[in-house]
Amino acid sequence: MATRAPDRPTAVPRHRSERFGRQLAYRLDVKASPYAYVMPFLLVFCAFGLFPLVYTAWVSLHDWTLLSDVHKFVGLDNFAFLLGDDYFWNATFNTVSIGLVSTVPQLLLAIWLAHLLNRPLRAQTLFRVTLLLPNVTSVVAVVVIFSQLFGRDYGLINWVLSWFGVGAIDWNAGTASSHVAISTMIMWRWTGYNALIFLAAMQAVPRDLYEAATIDGASGFTQLRKITIPMIKPTIVFVVITSTIGAMQVVAEPLLFGTYSPTGGPDRQYQTLSLFIYENFAKLDFGYASAISWMMFVFIVIAAGVNYLLTRRSGGNLT
Amino acid sequence: MIPRLGSGKARTLTYLTLIAVVFFSALPLYYSVVVASRDNSALADVPPPLWPGGNFVANVEKVFDTVPFALALLNSVLVAGSIAIAVMFFSTLAGFAFAKLRFRGRNALLLITVATMMVPTQLGIIPLYLIMVKLEWTGSMYALIVPALVNAFGVFFMTQFLSRALPTELLEAGRVDGCTTWGLFWHVVLPVARPAAAVLGMLTFMSAWNDYFWPLIVLTPENPTVQVALSTLAAGYVSDYALSLTGTTLGTLPLVIVFALLGKQIIGGIMQGAVKG
Repeated sequence: MATRAPDRPTAVPRHRSERFGRQLAYRLDVKASPYAYVMPFLLVFCAFGLFPLVYTAWVSLHDWTLLSDVHKFVGLDNFAFLLGDDYFWNATFNTVSIGLVSTVPQLLLAIWLAHLLNRPLRAQTLFRVTLLLPNVTSVVAVVVIFSQLFGRDYGLINWVLSWFGVGAIDWNAGTASSHVAISTMIMWRWTGYNALIFLAAMQAVPRDLYEAATIDGASGFTQLRKITIPMIKPTIVFVVITSTIGAMQVVAEPLLFGTYSPTGGPDRQYQTLSLFIYENFAKLDFGYASAISWMMFVFIVIAAGVNYLLTRRSGGNLT
Repeated sequence: MIPRLGSGKARTLTYLTLIAVVFFSALPLYYSVVVASRDNSALADVPPPLWPGGNFVANVEKVFDTVPFALALLNSVLVAGSIAIAVMFFSTLAGFAFAKLRFRGRNALLLITVATMMVPTQLGIIPLYLIMVKLEWTGSMYALIVPALVNAFGVFFMTQFLSRALPTELLEAGRVDGCTTWGLFWHVVLPVARPAAAVLGMLTFMSAWNDYFWPLIVLTPENPTVQVALSTLAAGYVSDYALSLTGTTLGTLPLVIVFALLGKQIIGGIMQGAVKG
């Protein structure tokens, strides 16, 4: 332990005062220096993390634009207006829709892939590296590439679909089709990453459980359902919650898919909450944008809480 | 590694599935190289072009003519590089204190650190912008670097690693030899922390390189990072996919190369960081 007795046998000071000085320096070092080590983190966190969060609440109570130095206090007016704003509810619907369409299949696929990789395989490293390759690709690159793939006239996806007699789909125009396109981008980027996190958890599951199950004649799928999933439940809860938080924050995909338009398509068919914040930010209406931010925070807490309860309950126990 | 593959049929099926996954992971990247090496008009062909053409160099020149791409590359290297170094250093420092030193309020602070990892960053983006306006850092790389100097994930990652990998006896031996706490950090902690810090540095570099939303808000198109330049390229030249995908390829290539070389370590780091309970 770091708090050991101050007198050390190696250095015996000659005078009392010298000894006292050394003891003081030592005590100071042990007691105070830990604070110095965590200080850079705390400073950055307070200035650029905590303060902005609290300040958002303050700004949301004002009629606050960047154009004027006078910020009139309006109480909860921004929130009252928000609740009656159709654009806000539209953005909420789009966020939930894109969130579900992208997260649910993604996590199921990720668990299945991790299950497949959790065996002695050749080229294990190659599989893992390629799984993570999409995650190394930036959001901008992903959206630019997929916008091309989802192109109405010359896109690769419509070309493949035409083999099956499907007519050219205008992916960008419809609500459902644009949500599928954006969800595909999110899935492509994150499935492999989550599969690796599940795989890490699966490798910590004691192997004799599987041995016993194999002797009892349980199939691979039964083993996945009855052993693996209950055993990695803490990781599943963690991934579900981080994915929920991520899904609530989707912004770059719809922004770029709509070629930079903050409305998320001409009919706002894929404007997410974060994009709605950005739209009002770009209009310099900071008060309103802050109010939306806080509502989004409330939604995130609710969604994370609900997911926490759901994932903890489902899946049965190992008994 | 159990469970074992059962029959030969199951084994084949597993490999086929994984090969399909590899195919779909690599396909969009491959196709962007195809488009980037073509003339834009070739994209209207039926069937679409499926292999690279010879137009890449011409497209690259056009990218550099259209947006300040050299400056963007320089900015991105500067920003991602300095953030990665700072995060490695400050996270190891704080991680050492949280993992091995005793001080009042340690557990409370650690709890706050973990909690903040869950708080969405976008919530504070408006006040953060107001701060940058006050500091007159809008349009400058300071606005990207300073808020990112150290983060909760890095501190947590290093705390986890050091509490496991750094033997307390080693620190006690150092104390007996008359080391100050700073001396312990420098001579004992840093050498032990190096592998984990390297992984953290690579992860940080990648996410800083790919960061888009905050740079878009706070920077100008005249002094961009790579991602901001790419979005300018994509937004201004919607119809010219060859041009925007050339930019995408150029901006992604450095990371893909780094990743291909160090992928194994990076994956190890992600999987280590994942098992937190």
